[in-house]
Amino acid sequence: MSGAEFVPISLPPLLIGIFAAVACALPGNFLLLRRQALIGDAISHVVLPGIVVAFLVTGVISTWPMMVGAAAAAIVAVVLIEAIRRLGRIEPGAAMGVVFTSMFAAGVLLLEQSDTSSVHLDVEHALYGNLESLIWLDATGWASLWDLDALAHLPPELPRMAITLVVVALFTTLFWRPLKLSTFDEGFARTLGLRTDLLGLALVIVAAVAAVAAFDAVGSIIVIAMFICPPAAARMMTNRLEHQVGWSVLFAVLSAVGGYVLAGYGPLWLGAQDAVSAAGMIATISGLILALTALFGPCRARSGAPQDA
Amino acid sequence: MTLELAAAKGQRMTQPAQSAHSPLSIRGLTVSYGQKPAVFSVDMTVPPGAMTAIIGPNGAGKSTLLKAALGIVKPLSGRVEVFGTPLAAQRSRVAYVPQRASIDWDFPARVIDVVLMGLYRQLGLLGRLRASHKAQAMDCLERVGMADFSERQIGQLSGGQQQRVFLARALAQDADLYLLDEPFAGVDAATEKAIIAVLKSLREDGKTVVAVHHDLATVRDYFDHVFLINTTRIAEGPVDEAFTAETLQAAYGGRLATAQVDQLARALG
Repeated sequence: MSGAEFVPISLPPLLIGIFAAVACALPGNFLLLRRQALIGDAISHVVLPGIVVAFLVTGVISTWPMMVGAAAAAIVAVVLIEAIRRLGRIEPGAAMGVVFTSMFAAGVLLLEQSDTSSVHLDVEHALYGNLESLIWLDATGWASLWDLDALAHLPPELPRMAITLVVVALFTTLFWRPLKLSTFDEGFARTLGLRTDLLGLALVIVAAVAAVAAFDAVGSIIVIAMFICPPAAARMMTNRLEHQVGWSVLFAVLSAVGGYVLAGYGPLWLGAQDAVSAAGMIATISGLILALTALFGPCRARSGAPQDA
Repeated sequence: MTLELAAAKGQRMTQPAQSAHSPLSIRGLTVSYGQKPAVFSVDMTVPPGAMTAIIGPNGAGKSTLLKAALGIVKPLSGRVEVFGTPLAAQRSRVAYVPQRASIDWDFPARVIDVVLMGLYRQLGLLGRLRASHKAQAMDCLERVGMADFSERQIGQLSGGQQQRVFLARALAQDADLYLLDEPFAGVDAATEKAIIAVLKSLREDGKTVVAVHHDLATVRDYFDHVFLINTTRIAEGPVDEAFTAETLQAAYGGRLATAQVDQLARALG
């Protein structure tokens, strides 16, 4: 494929897919080990009331207020989940279950009660995103990457997702040791003076921000899949957290690239006419990678149960 | 004795004996997880340079007492002082060994990674991990007889080996006060011997050791002091004085199983 075709049509969605996948997979590693990986699922549900409230407040459908509303709802949700988990002393899955179903239901009620005739809430968009439509019309080829005029018309999702990825990566790098310590042994971490409660909250908030940004660009299917599949597959490849995170990034990128290419060309190779949803294919590939590592990964045996000496 | 010294001594006399310098002093500690307090109005003064066992029946609040002393759980009321000041100022002087069962041993980490966690206060957020840190960690593994296992995934160890790794992590903290939650629970005889040897060497170095302990039969052999608890404090003092048939009866009441009574008879000679 020539640059003139690739750069405007395929490069932006590919990059957005990669950034979104990695931004979700990074915190996913810790959420998985903390048994909180379903938080991606929870967040993709609670953005509904956030978006509806944002619409009710502003009266317009535009990206920024809706993203702010979604992010606010996600943060309210994770704070609620943490509060219920800690005050009620119940496992995180149960806390997530009650919070995201109630907030999603509240969103449905809100939507019904408000004047929704002008609201176009597209379920399909929410699920699959619109990765293929994020094209860069001003680009004419590789040279456009140095052309400021053309760069100004990049799909806004691209810089947004890139910034989100930078934030997530910075958080993970900066707080690597406390995150590792408090995920492994929270009690011990507290005796070292670490504020494990704040750290846990920061982790889910960072995850929420990544999820909302990715949700807007690529839909909730990828968000949910990327929080769980690449980290889970990576866990089967190694017994070291440092390497696990590396593998999860690799798997996230593989899923994004492989999924995008297969969605676009796979059906043609099979003789079909149309491409299939890139988001669906990316999530499917990540699931396939997980299945393969679960079958053949070198470290897939759960060894946590103490063996007899 | 000079006048100033006498005056200073007189001043200290107004406080409870030892509390000004006790490695761990607890006053009026109450912790509750729900309606019923797990620990109620407990006072405790740990003597320095000795090994103290915290003893009591299941659910008596032994672990909770330890966790509250360390600030892991928030007490409803009470005051905890470590070497005469609040814990926050003394964290580097306190090492902790949690219950082995409280951890997910499937966590992706090697033995050496876990021991290095004990160096966190030295390393800080972004401090560079140097060869000297690794040597320090290996030295601690050597002391618990686990140096050959440093590259193993922690889930592949036996229960006793895992407990020794936890002890090595506490050694890496290089503290003055060591708090251990059931260090002998479910470990093999070799590990028990190894652990008690390490703890005794700590005592020889003037460190203070406090352990939640289960096995009444070994209290006399292992420990200098006992602290008996059953939600409230039952007894506290040197083993000879505080570890008696009466105090045990008071702590365990009717719950002292026949097997334990037999153990006890042997333990008390």
